[in-house]
Amino acid sequence: MTKVSFLTGRELIDEEMIYVPDEHTSTRPAIYLDNGRLRCNRCNNTKNFSSHRCARCGKVCTYCRNCIEMGKISSCTTLYRWNGPAPKHPDHAGTLHWTGTLSEGQRAASVNVKQAIIHSSEHLVWAVTGAGKTEVLFQGIAAALSDGKRVCIAAPRSDVVRELAPRLAAAFPDTPPIALYGGSPDRSSYSPLVVTTTHQLYRFYQAFDVMIVDEVDAFPYTFDPSLQFAVQKARKESSSLIYLTATPNTEWQSEVKSGKRDATLIPARYHRHPLPVPATRWCGNWKKTILPVSVQLWVKEKLNEGSRLLLFYPHIETMDKALPLFKEIDPRIESVHAADPLRKEKVELMRRGKIPALLSTTILERGVTFQGIDVAVIGAEDAVFAESALVQIAGRAGRSAECPTGEVVFFHYGKTEAMRKAIRQINEMNKLGVERGLIDE
Amino acid sequence: MKQCLLCENNTEMETWLLFFGAKSSSLCPNCLGKLEKITGPLCRICSRPMKEEGICSDCHSWGESIYAGNRSLYLYNSAMQSLLARFKYRGDYALAAVFADDVRREAKEAECDVICAVPLSPSRLLERRFNQSEALIESAGLTHTRLIGRYESDKQAKKSRAERLSAEQTFYPLGQAEGKSVLVIDDIYTTGTTVRRVAEALKEAGACTVKSVTIARSGS
Repeated sequence: MTKVSFLTGRELIDEEMIYVPDEHTSTRPAIYLDNGRLRCNRCNNTKNFSSHRCARCGKVCTYCRNCIEMGKISSCTTLYRWNGPAPKHPDHAGTLHWTGTLSEGQRAASVNVKQAIIHSSEHLVWAVTGAGKTEVLFQGIAAALSDGKRVCIAAPRSDVVRELAPRLAAAFPDTPPIALYGGSPDRSSYSPLVVTTTHQLYRFYQAFDVMIVDEVDAFPYTFDPSLQFAVQKARKESSSLIYLTATPNTEWQSEVKSGKRDATLIPARYHRHPLPVPATRWCGNWKKTILPVSVQLWVKEKLNEGSRLLLFYPHIETMDKALPLFKEIDPRIESVHAADPLRKEKVELMRRGKIPALLSTTILERGVTFQGIDVAVIGAEDAVFAESALVQIAGRAGRSAECPTGEVVFFHYGKTEAMRKAIRQINEMNKLGVERGLIDE
Repeated sequence: MKQCLLCENNTEMETWLLFFGAKSSSLCPNCLGKLEKITGPLCRICSRPMKEEGICSDCHSWGESIYAGNRSLYLYNSAMQSLLARFKYRGDYALAAVFADDVRREAKEAECDVICAVPLSPSRLLERRFNQSEALIESAGLTHTRLIGRYESDKQAKKSRAERLSAEQTFYPLGQAEGKSVLVIDDIYTTGTTVRRVAEALKEAGACTVKSVTIARSGS
C-alpha cells in the first residue's frame, strides 16, 4: 500500500488518516452549523446527534449517531482529503476479455449505457430478473477505463459485492477491481474499478467519473437518504450515473413510461423464455393454521414430482413455527433468515440440490439463483411483500436455460394491491418481450 | 414521538400505560424485548445465575476482602453484546440512557456513601473520548467521586480468563474515602477481577466496604 493509493478519492477521519498531511491535503470539520442547524459532512444527517464532555477536546462535543458505525464523528473531528495526482491506469485497462454474447435486449441497453458514460449523463436500466444486467455494463466500463475514468459499482449488500467482484475481475483482468464492504481486505487499496457496498461510499469524496448503482430499489438505499447522499458525494461533479434494477418504484415506472426518465427496458430473460406468472391461491388464516392444507398439498405434490421448492414467509416467528410441520413432510427441509449463523451453508446446500425445500424470509428475494425450482409465498398479503418484493421472488423461478420454467404461487388470506400490481408487471413484461421479438413462443 | 435509540422505530407505548405511571422507554418494545433481565437463583456475591442460591466457586476462591458483592442486571446475550459494543467501542454515549432508571434504582438500593467510576487509562480515555462507567452514572443523574486512577496497561477485553485473574494491579488511590462505603458502577462483570482490583485501590484510599452494580453479567 502506498500513500497515493490509500488516499486517492477518499475522505477520512482523524483515526483513519494514517499519513501526515502534506501540501495536497485539504481539511474540513466533520460537523458544522448549516444556518443554525447541525449537519454531518460525511452522511448529511441533521437530526440524529448526541453530545457529551469529550476527553479529546475538553469541551461538550456533539457527535453524529447516524454514521457512527463507520467510525465516530464528533465536533472536534477533522475530515481529510488528498488532492494530489491519482495513480495512472494500468496498460490495457479498458481491454474487455469477456467473450460471451449479449441478447438483443442486452445489446440495446449496453449501447445506451456506453453513451451515458461517454456523455456523463444519467441512465436507468430496467431489466427483468434473469435478463443479465451485469453484462450490460461491460462495454461502458471498458470505454470509461480506456478513457482514464474511474468507475464505481455500488450494491446494497456485501454478498452482492463479493459475487460481482470476481465477474468483473474476469472481464477486466488488466484492472482487477477492489471489493469494499465492512471488514474487506481491500479497504486501503486503489483500483480504477471499485465494487462496493453503498455504505462504504461515506468514505469517498468526488472520486468517480462513473457511478453505477445496482438494485437501486433495494433496502436500505431507497429508505436511507444519507446513503443516497453518500452516492452523490462520491461522484465527481461531472460524471455519469447508471441505475440498475428489475423492479423500479412506482414513480420511476411512470417516469419511464412517460419518457421523463432516460431508460432502457429489457423485458425478457437471456434464455428467451417468458417470466413465470404467479398464480394466486387463497389459503385461509395461515397465521392460525401455520401450514395451511392447500400449501401442504401443493408442497407434497411438487416434491413427489421431484421438484425443489423455495418457500417465503413474511416473518421469522411464523416461519419458525412452520418448520417442524414441513420437516414432517421431509426432515431435510430447512429455513434461513438474515441473522441465521448457518445462512451461507444452507444456501449452498440448496444450490447443490441437497435440500428439497428451503423456507426463507425476504432475504433470499433477490440475488440468488437455484436451478429448476418452484416458488411459493405463504402469507403473500403481508405488508413486507411489496410489489417489488413479489416480482423479485417470482423471478427466482425458471432462471436457467436448462430449466427455464417454474411454478410460482402466492398463497394468501386476502389479495392485495401489491399482488395485483406484481402480476400485472410480469404480464406486461412478457407481452413486451413477445412484441419486441425477445421471447420465443 | 420518541425514537428508539437502536432501531429508529417509535418507542410506542399505550397511553393507558403512561396513565398508570409507566415510563416511556428509550428503546422500542422490540429492541427492549431482546434484553434479558437476570432472574432466578443467583450467587449471593457476584449475581451469577445458579441452579440454587448460594455462593459460586469463583467467589469462594476469591476469599475475604472488603468487596461486598456485585449486582448485575442483564444477561450478556447477543443483543446486549451489540448494544454495549456500540456504546463503548463505537462511542455512542446516548445509549447510557437505556440503563438510567436501572442504575438509579440499584444505586439507591445499595445505600453507599459515594459512587465511584472505574477509571480508564489516559490513552484509552483519549481514544474513546469518554469513560463508559462515568457515562452510566451521569446518565442516571448521579455524581461520581474520583477516588482512584489507572495506569497504562493492555486491554482487559483482549485477555484470556487466566491472564485476567493473574493481572497486576493497575489502579491506584487518588482521593480520600476514609471509612466510607463505595459503590462502583461499570458495564460488564466477567471474571470480577477488575472490580476486585478497584476495591483494593479503594481500600488503600480508606474505603471500608465496596459494592458494584454492572449492567451485564458475562462469563459462564
